[in-house]
Amino acid sequence: MKTKQDLNKIREENLKKLNLLDNNKYRVVVGMASCGLAASADVIYDIIEQTIKEKGLKDISLTSVGCIGECALEPIVEVYDKDNNRYTYCMVNEKKAKEIAEKHLIGGEVLNRYLIENFKKVTDEEGKVIDVPNYQYRIALKNCGIINPLEIDQYIGLDGYKALEKVLFEMTPEEVVDVVTKSGLRGRGGGGFPTGLKWKFTAANKGGQSFVICNADEGDPGAFMDRAVLEGDPHAVIEAMIICGYAISATQGYVYIRAEYPLAVERLQYAIDKAYEYGLLGKGVLVSNFDFDLEIRLGAGAFVCGEETALIASIEGERGMPRNKPPYPASQGLWGRPTVINNVETFANVAQIILKGADWFKAIGTEKAAGTKVFALGGKIKNTGLLEVPMGTTLREVIYDVGGGLTKGKAFKAVQTGGPSGGILTKDDLDTPIDYDNLVRKGSMMGSGGMIVMDQDNCMVDIAKFYLEFTVEESCGKCTPCRDGNLRMLEILNKITDGKATMKDLDDLRKLALMIKDTSLCALGQSAPNPVLSTLDKFYDEYLEHVVNKRCPAGVCKNITKLLITDECIGCGKCLRNCPVNAISGDVKKKHYIDLELCVNCGTCKPACPVNAIVSL
Amino acid sequence: MSNVKIWINNQEMTVPSTYTVLDAANDADIYIPRLCFLKDISETSACRLCVVEIEGLNTLKNSCTVQVWEGMKVHTNTKRVNDAVKNNLKLLAANHHFECWVCHREENCELLELLRRYNVPNTMGEDPTFSKKTSYCNISNSLTIDTSKCILCGRCVSACNHYTGLGILDFNRRGFDTYVAPANNDFIDDAGCLYCGKCIQACPVGALSGTSDEDIVIDYLNNDNYYVIAQLAPAVRAALGEEFGNPIGTNVEGKIYRALKRMGFDEITDVNFAADVTIMEEGTELIGRIQDHLQGKETHLPLFTSCSPGWIRYIERYYPEYLPHLSTAKSPQQIQGALIKHIYADIINVPKERIKVVSFMPCIAKKDEADREQMKDKGVKDVDAVLTTREFARLIRRFGINFNNLQDYKPESPLATYTGAGAIFGTTGGVMEAALRTVKAFLEKEDKHTIDFTQVRGSVAIKEADLVIDNQTFKVAVVHGAANFPEMFRRIKENPNKYIFVEFMGCEGGCINGGGQPIVKARDLETIDVCKLRAQALYTIDSENKIRRSHENPNVVSLYQTHLGKPGGELAHKLLHTTYSKKEVFGEKK
Repeated sequence: MKTKQDLNKIREENLKKLNLLDNNKYRVVVGMASCGLAASADVIYDIIEQTIKEKGLKDISLTSVGCIGECALEPIVEVYDKDNNRYTYCMVNEKKAKEIAEKHLIGGEVLNRYLIENFKKVTDEEGKVIDVPNYQYRIALKNCGIINPLEIDQYIGLDGYKALEKVLFEMTPEEVVDVVTKSGLRGRGGGGFPTGLKWKFTAANKGGQSFVICNADEGDPGAFMDRAVLEGDPHAVIEAMIICGYAISATQGYVYIRAEYPLAVERLQYAIDKAYEYGLLGKGVLVSNFDFDLEIRLGAGAFVCGEETALIASIEGERGMPRNKPPYPASQGLWGRPTVINNVETFANVAQIILKGADWFKAIGTEKAAGTKVFALGGKIKNTGLLEVPMGTTLREVIYDVGGGLTKGKAFKAVQTGGPSGGILTKDDLDTPIDYDNLVRKGSMMGSGGMIVMDQDNCMVDIAKFYLEFTVEESCGKCTPCRDGNLRMLEILNKITDGKATMKDLDDLRKLALMIKDTSLCALGQSAPNPVLSTLDKFYDEYLEHVVNKRCPAGVCKNITKLLITDECIGCGKCLRNCPVNAISGDVKKKHYIDLELCVNCGTCKPACPVNAIVSL
Repeated sequence: MSNVKIWINNQEMTVPSTYTVLDAANDADIYIPRLCFLKDISETSACRLCVVEIEGLNTLKNSCTVQVWEGMKVHTNTKRVNDAVKNNLKLLAANHHFECWVCHREENCELLELLRRYNVPNTMGEDPTFSKKTSYCNISNSLTIDTSKCILCGRCVSACNHYTGLGILDFNRRGFDTYVAPANNDFIDDAGCLYCGKCIQACPVGALSGTSDEDIVIDYLNNDNYYVIAQLAPAVRAALGEEFGNPIGTNVEGKIYRALKRMGFDEITDVNFAADVTIMEEGTELIGRIQDHLQGKETHLPLFTSCSPGWIRYIERYYPEYLPHLSTAKSPQQIQGALIKHIYADIINVPKERIKVVSFMPCIAKKDEADREQMKDKGVKDVDAVLTTREFARLIRRFGINFNNLQDYKPESPLATYTGAGAIFGTTGGVMEAALRTVKAFLEKEDKHTIDFTQVRGSVAIKEADLVIDNQTFKVAVVHGAANFPEMFRRIKENPNKYIFVEFMGCEGGCINGGGQPIVKARDLETIDVCKLRAQALYTIDSENKIRRSHENPNVVSLYQTHLGKPGGELAHKLLHTTYSKKEVFGEKK
């Protein structure tokens, strides 16, 4: 059991270590979240560790940390020196790792050519490198990539559990709710419901057992914000859940996390065990008279269990199917008791808000959306990865300045936000400041923060199909419109991409989509038609092209696409070598031809062509 | 409870604040369609047909669970609502297997009714672009699940949980592939199902049904070689009339006898007769155990009744340690069958192999009971075919009989005579009351002719009563509805010497509410106490009968004198008693 004083001591010691105020010369961190490990960061870590051992280096602290945020550039090794300089080495392989260890750590030589600046250049339209301001502002990801998630002391070192101390010993539960309400924090899981209000409603029903649940059932394709937080900074979530428990008089919390996040589960469980060891969880938190227990509940990977009532059913041991709202969880949640359910990222903001105050938080972002938002940037963009920007940053800033623009210099066509529940935003929306209401107004939604960028090679009907396939797969099957209607929409879309649809199908599609949106039981069903509706609205021409002219302008829909090589062909033979069915022939340096009898319209040749000489008809 | 003022279709009304929108609409006689809603049983809001427009809300809301609030303005008949209902019906229809003419719900299918009302074309279902779901069948001797007709309203799942507390049926897989079945679509007979049939009655369509013997019975009747004997269960006469538009609780016994005669049954008997015999056997067993107990001998008290096959399936699976408490007397259906095949056959001089016994039962579990190995003697079954009340009605229609115009008829068979005690077997507390009448008479020094034991009547889940014999008082209990069994066992465990006799019936209300009885529309169930009305018909038969105690049935008395000897005697034991054994749920596959 640790007391407030114990924590302060740990804090002091570890802050010193983190700032290299101890005897160490360098602090070396290796990004070892799932993304890093997938790129063999563990091997890199071993090499550096080995070298340190072999050379008998005594003044270097080596640590594994969570996600640093540059997914495309993994494995990443960062070196901090005593002057607080930070050197980020990217795409480190075994050779580079040895070099970094021997040259930088021993010799003090900075290996400029491996630094991140060489990988992340933002260029203007003419290809000239330009300086862009740093839009990133880290609250939820504050400790990710800085501390070792397995070291509770390091978390404490960076003001960890200080907010909990403040809450337990200086604030009443009402004051806590008040601060969170005033901060303007809204749910980061998708809906954007004001967090303080949620807590307030739940607190109003206190009297018996209440529950705190953290929703870590992140399931949107291409979204991994919650995973990064749990893998990189699990204590931030634990601390916030204890604070929430105190605010709403709940003594039991659950983290509902999908079993497909094994590393996050492992690290979170380790962190929970540590918190129990330190007396931060269990009976008498920090030797106060407040008790709080926290358990992990594993989800089996059903997307719908991210919907709060389905999540509750799942924790109760029932089939994960949504229940009708009202009653809301704030009055009748888990086992019929008042329950707060917040998303991982939402919780990750709480301790900061308590420590720095509502006004500090409110000053960040926009008027109706305070604070920051973490996005997982993916698709046809240069710098894929995790970023955290203040609300109100425009899409253009995120895509071009932070994301470095599109790959291969292609033109921007659309960006999909909000995952399968969201919609498509186009060039016209690029200067829209990102916040909950703006995105909804533009026909999409914030969602949990996935952001997929698309270029001219993406067919919008195909994109709608992609997301719908996901919802069809993930529908729980409870209510009629979602269970049956979504598949029917998908079948109509298939008809369209097969070139068999009529104008009536297009009409039916829209009617069906609107009906599903209007009558489905839960948010999953209600938002499932969004990708269809928003592409219908913004790329109706593209649909028409499929239906009327039986042609896919992007050349994606195989069954109606014919590929052709234009006179631009330089006869390099790249297409020929890439064709899986040997449908392309031609002599070197002469124009090549596609045998349409053999061609399966897979489109592999298209990106292979260096001069864009392959077009689809 | 406070009231709130709301508007539905601009009509102002004041309703209790605890009301749902649907409650308010029902009160005002405003029609809102629904499929998945069964009041207090299935309130899952899954079908999305009861959606309404509520001013100020973005999406349509289901009226079945959304509570009213002050100033709420609801619209039930806008184009938006109508289109939503119609489109959802279209989706349901597209995935429904229509073979209405062979479906047992032809007359009262709730989906068909809505499709008619909304004039829904099945264009989507007929368009080959749209795929059909994969369907599964799970067919046992009693229950048939055909998911091709299922519309996934989930009423059966809720009903299974509500009435049995067992949750045998549930959703498997998810999304478009969802289907209702026991876990992993394991064979329903292995899944611990009681065959209470509540799922069938909850189903709005024909996805669940009793496994029908209708065609077998027709074959029997058409075969001159067979001597076909019908036996009619107590509860059937109180309900069959509903199938032909009669009010709930109409006794149509005379018409049933006439219909059976028209159909060509060679002889018509009544299970009520066997019920009287059951009392002789079970009553004697009870008296024996009480006497053993009073003499300090080891015995198994309380004695449990054994008439309800759903209950037998329950105890064999979930409380096998209590099997020694179960009366070894067969159920009336099997007693009647055994008497016909092994005694009556000789009297009428027809070889038992040529006799076919057909039961008309309010129950689907009776089909399974007739199939039990213990109910066969060298390959000769006591009962050859079992039809439920619903199947009986269908058969009457198939024979082209105008049921309501039939003249009453009274069969001549000695096996059709019965007492008032036999008649009330079909309702909860009936077996107990019949037994108490006889047991009291047998044990009392001087017969006080006690007839009415009203403590054991009525709809309370667990009823307790006193049996006073001379100066001694014994406790008995009556429980109905499988969901209440665990509580009964808890009381028995808590106080093992408290009761001497407990009546168990698998269905709430007893046989009159059995799983083979006519289906009452979900909307009528909200307002009508079906059990009470049907039970009343049986109590009227009882009170109008001159003989009201089983042991006074003259044909029962003579049966014992001429053939069986003493109740519980050697021959009676051989013919009229049976054995039970522990059964595994989801046992190992052979």
